[in-house]
Amino acid sequence: MRCLAPIALCLASPLAAQEIDHSARDAHAAHGDAVPKPPADPHAGHHLPPRPRPTDPVGRRAPPPAPDDHYADRFFPPAEMARVREQLGREHGGGRFSQLMIDIAEFRPRSGHEEYQWKGEAWTGGDIHRLIVKSEGKGAFGDKLESGEVQLLYGCAVDPYWNVQAGLRRDLGRRSRRTYATVATEGLAPYWFEIEGSLFLSDKGDLLARFEAYNDQRITNRLILQPRIEMNFAAQDMHDERIGAGISEVGLGLRLRFEILRELAPYIGIVHERSFGPTARQARADGNAARKTALVVGLRAWF
Amino acid sequence: MPSIKSISGPRLDRRTMLRRTAAVAALSAVRMFPIWAQPVSAGITAPKPTLESADLRLRIAHLMMAIDGKQRHAIGLNGTVPGPLIRLKQGSTVRLHVTNDLDVDSSIHWHGLLVPAQYDGVPGVSFPGIPPRSTFTYEFPLIQAGTYWYHSHSGLQEQMGHYGPLVIDPEGTDPIVFDREHVVLLSDYSPLHPHHIFKKLKQQPGYFNQQKQTLAGLLAGGDQTAPERLSWGGMRMDPTDISDVTGTTYTYLVNGHGPTDNWTALFRPGERIRLRLINASAMTIFNFRIPGLAMTVVQADGANVRPVTVDELQITVAETFDVIVSPAEDRAYTIVGEAVDRSGMARATLAPREGMVAPVPPLRARPVATMKDMGMGAMDHAAMGHDANDHGAMSMRDPAVAPQVRLGPGVQTISPMPIDRTGEPGQGLEDAGHRVLVYRDLVALDRNPDVRAPERSMEIHLTGNMERYMWAFDGVKFSALTRPIPFRKDERVRVTLVNDTMMAHPIHLHGHFFELVTGHGDHAPRKHTVNVPPGGKVTFDVTTDAVGDWAFHCHMLYHMHAGMMQVVTIRPADDGL
Repeated sequence: MRCLAPIALCLASPLAAQEIDHSARDAHAAHGDAVPKPPADPHAGHHLPPRPRPTDPVGRRAPPPAPDDHYADRFFPPAEMARVREQLGREHGGGRFSQLMIDIAEFRPRSGHEEYQWKGEAWTGGDIHRLIVKSEGKGAFGDKLESGEVQLLYGCAVDPYWNVQAGLRRDLGRRSRRTYATVATEGLAPYWFEIEGSLFLSDKGDLLARFEAYNDQRITNRLILQPRIEMNFAAQDMHDERIGAGISEVGLGLRLRFEILRELAPYIGIVHERSFGPTARQARADGNAARKTALVVGLRAWF
Repeated sequence: MPSIKSISGPRLDRRTMLRRTAAVAALSAVRMFPIWAQPVSAGITAPKPTLESADLRLRIAHLMMAIDGKQRHAIGLNGTVPGPLIRLKQGSTVRLHVTNDLDVDSSIHWHGLLVPAQYDGVPGVSFPGIPPRSTFTYEFPLIQAGTYWYHSHSGLQEQMGHYGPLVIDPEGTDPIVFDREHVVLLSDYSPLHPHHIFKKLKQQPGYFNQQKQTLAGLLAGGDQTAPERLSWGGMRMDPTDISDVTGTTYTYLVNGHGPTDNWTALFRPGERIRLRLINASAMTIFNFRIPGLAMTVVQADGANVRPVTVDELQITVAETFDVIVSPAEDRAYTIVGEAVDRSGMARATLAPREGMVAPVPPLRARPVATMKDMGMGAMDHAAMGHDANDHGAMSMRDPAVAPQVRLGPGVQTISPMPIDRTGEPGQGLEDAGHRVLVYRDLVALDRNPDVRAPERSMEIHLTGNMERYMWAFDGVKFSALTRPIPFRKDERVRVTLVNDTMMAHPIHLHGHFFELVTGHGDHAPRKHTVNVPPGGKVTFDVTTDAVGDWAFHCHMLYHMHAGMMQVVTIRPADDGL
């Protein structure tokens, strides 16, 4: 829940960003207590004997206030200048971008029952504010989708490395069609770990949590080993979803990809999934395994 | 003025123009280049073309150019990349009629020229830009001499070839004596559209770096040791982040020619040859050398300096250096412009006759950033590297060190102990094993025009976040700024630029020269662009004598595009302040 405070801050920041006022600029002044000297005669210096300037005392005059007008308006139509000035601002720091990242798109070759899994996200926006769509899910070929979800989030950069996100999650799949309010924080932790933590509050009042982390280990500049962990938690039993209170599921993955291009990397890997406690008992009662280990083959791609 | 030719006759539509340009290019590479940049050049021959007062015409248009045998899209001037050599005479007044035949706005900024603010050529700051299919006339007196260049200040056009050299001959006798001269204009070309490059940098800032540290490298005993890597990983800092855009996409050019094209500059043994080096790159700092030849630096950024002889120099983006070389032997020499991250090189040949080549030296190992590059330069040398965890205790983002910086997501680090590095060779040249130019070697030939002590001082922090590809001054990118940096007319101000990032930033002030504070008193070197090394700082004194609004920015094109820019405004006391 501590994510909500940064979100509030973040929502206020577009306004704050506009208010780069005098005080920020005035901080450029050497120090506040400057005593203005009479303006020096610009030609006076030419008659002085040479002096080694680095040892000269530097004055402490205050900077002038910034003018409100634009000098070029004196030579060119002000409306035209205003339009181009606005464009200049947009082109120097105001850009908007987007990315579609399919982190995991894989299948698990098993005799008779091949499974698939995907995980990815798309975002659009600027440096600070972004709109994000995340999706993940898994199933077996020939069956209905086992489980899946789509999230629509607003994301905000709150720190050099960390973003907070808030929005909605909608579950897909055969078991449940529940909707959740979501808050998440994601970012880059020391030692280059990409971390994501999410809280989900369902329309029935159920609370879930998820923690994910991965790290790219470069064996060469193109061959990259990615260990990954995902942990799921529930605050209560959720029978329809076959989830029990406590730590419900843990997934471990080790994927080795080769970046043909940065954007295109086929991989092979091994994944191990395990459910715990009541969730594991539910799985066994349903005739499913509480532990699975599988080889995976997939493709990581982004645009 | 043979190197400027005006285009006249019926207007061609773009498609026809493209076809013709491509056809001409395919037929003859020779015709794609201005005389001084022909594949083999005898240099700029005497008598020098001079221009007392004249009307020059420049036409900005899309074209195809051949680089190392491949046809590439580019933006050129008067049909060539680089554009024509504009050669003028100090003391005259020039009128330049610039026609924009692109489909988008364009502009020309005269880099390093002291011109009235309305002719400085920055859309949105000095003028509204040049709309498609229109002509803008620049007119200004030439009050200086030296080697300069010009380029677009619109969008990212500079990356696509919109640049060219500009030389102003001095009014009196040139104190620099030479028998022959060549322009050596270095640049970087990518087949990717510059917007695509910028998007990739935003999506994945390390996208173009294929020289990161690897496990294979560690096992081979290269680069950092395991504890160092762990320590740097703990700080989320990549010591191999030397250049944002690299030889993985760039071809490095000399006068528009790729390394295989091998532009050749001719000479006769025994001659004193003046090379006018211009770094017109979008993003590339070059280590420049001619193996086997010493170079005597005689001018920097268009201002003459006392001769200083070196074997290698680092030329940052948008700088110029004039050097004298005197090859005595009847043999070829390779002109090497090695990208600072060693991911490629610009290569040309200096030879007595066409067709001669000299060995091309291999690329040297790329540098690995140090604690000094992280702004810990003032730390005791002995302590460095020995206890890698020690600096973990030092805050890498202490607001007390830089109270004026807005500590938002765009500020990854604040250099805790930045030092003046003007006495050090550029990044990666510490152990070059021969004489390398350092800024402190530069001493102005003439006494500085203004030797007053500064009336005030200010500090500007160069900030960034490598992980988000955000760049700014004082943590506020240009798009979020509402106020310029104000100066009084004729003020003398000491400005210290503090680099809070781990990358070099070539900082350029329009409309002015500033004097580097490097211990040379009233003969301080005068520059328009200064490289602020990673984690270092640079101090200069400037007399703000040119009234108007002026751009002030990092000349790394994509750093500027990300927001590392400001406007400096200079007004008389009774005007606007």
